Amino acid sequence: MIVVVDYDTGNTRNLKKALDYLGIANQLSSDPATILAADGLILPGVGAFQKAMAALEARDLVSVLQTAAQQGKPMLGICLGMQLLVETGYEFGPAKGLGLLPGEVVPIPTDLGLKVPHMGWNTNDVLQQNPVADVFNHQATYFVHSFYVQTAAKNIIAQTDYGVKIPSIIQQDNVMGMQFHPEKSGQVGLLGLARFNKELVLA
Amino acid sequence: MLAKRIVPCLDVDHGRVKKGVNFVDLTDVGDPAEIAAAYEKQGADELVFLDITATNEARGAMVDTIEKVAAQVFMPLTVGGGIKSVADMQALLKAGADKIALNSAAVTQPELIHAGAEKFGRQCIVVAIDVRWDEATQEYRVYVNGGRKATDLEAISWAKKVVALGAGELLVTSMDRDGTKSGYDLALYQALTAAVNVPIVASGGCGKLADFNDLFAKTDVDAALAASVFHYGELTIPQVKQSLREQGVIVR
Repeated sequence: MIVVVDYDTGNTRNLKKALDYLGIANQLSSDPATILAADGLILPGVGAFQKAMAALEARDLVSVLQTAAQQGKPMLGICLGMQLLVETGYEFGPAKGLGLLPGEVVPIPTDLGLKVPHMGWNTNDVLQQNPVADVFNHQATYFVHSFYVQTAAKNIIAQTDYGVKIPSIIQQDNVMGMQFHPEKSGQVGLLGLARFNKELVLA
Repeated sequence: MLAKRIVPCLDVDHGRVKKGVNFVDLTDVGDPAEIAAAYEKQGADELVFLDITATNEARGAMVDTIEKVAAQVFMPLTVGGGIKSVADMQALLKAGADKIALNSAAVTQPELIHAGAEKFGRQCIVVAIDVRWDEATQEYRVYVNGGRKATDLEAISWAKKVVALGAGELLVTSMDRDGTKSGYDLALYQALTAAVNVPIVASGGCGKLADFNDLFAKTDVDAALAASVFHYGELTIPQVKQSLREQGVIVR
């Protein structure tokens, strides 16, 4: 059973709909006991960093997610959910993240003439072979974000080119993040979610 | 690199697609989920749903519609029409919308743009702007209430203002070109892309393949929205993308 962490900042249910469509057992929950009992977790994300952390905090989920990660539970953060996995964010002021991976979340620079948000379909280049990430190599997925993660090279599994190189898939052990929305990236996105379930959750 | 987007737009009235859509053999041409799935199959990059009834009573119907579409269709969905509060936005986002388009409410309650951006992230907040060229003042003027009511806002400065308030994307319709099939208003989009730094979706006027080519060759917009040319099967999305590819435009 995958638990999609429900913290009420956006369209958590899109993830659920994609998992339902794929026939993957899942439930939405913000209940700590349910989260700690799950086989795998997905932390979705639409929203702003600080408010999202505050929403997790208000549900006492920060330490729950940290505990789950330490226990080795497979965890996938999506979009803002990926950004929350690292140590610090700067959207609407600095805020602490979950700190499950090293790194910080910085704004996409505007001085390069890049439009912000980075919004639309962009191509992924897989840098390190990975049973989940491999399905996305040279495939376009849907991105929509104004900030991006900077983390150690060893944790960057795939990247996309938007003038700056943006890590599109990151991983450290059981914790994985996707900057794009697999649940909004058509067939390849659904395949990636199915692989996460097969390779990390059911493995 | 980032692909240019091709975006069909569906007008929804009480949970049904209003204008006829007859490009494929659908059993029910008014069903939004069925039409959305057909567009996804064609390779649409995103869909825009406009609630053209946009009354409080119809809001529930729009939420239901988006619920149904988002259970079958896995691409970005933008929803607009009559959204007046953060609660409206949240209901639609929860149902499966990815972006919320504010039009008249952005003019009457500009603070809503900021409130939405702060709660959901500015990438969630699209401001839709309907504009018409004003010969007297030689300016683009903003219209609201479905294009029926003129405002005293000049479009380019309004675009800058909404971006400063937190809009993450602009969906700009040329009322002069809408329905004419005489091509997108290139001068409008050149002025807009020079003025603001967020993605812009161009709308109004496309009738043939060359209109899409011109739009992306001559302006820096990110997406082209079209309705009737796709609904009536005059053009297909694969045709448009193939034509753009031949011109060196990056598409998915």
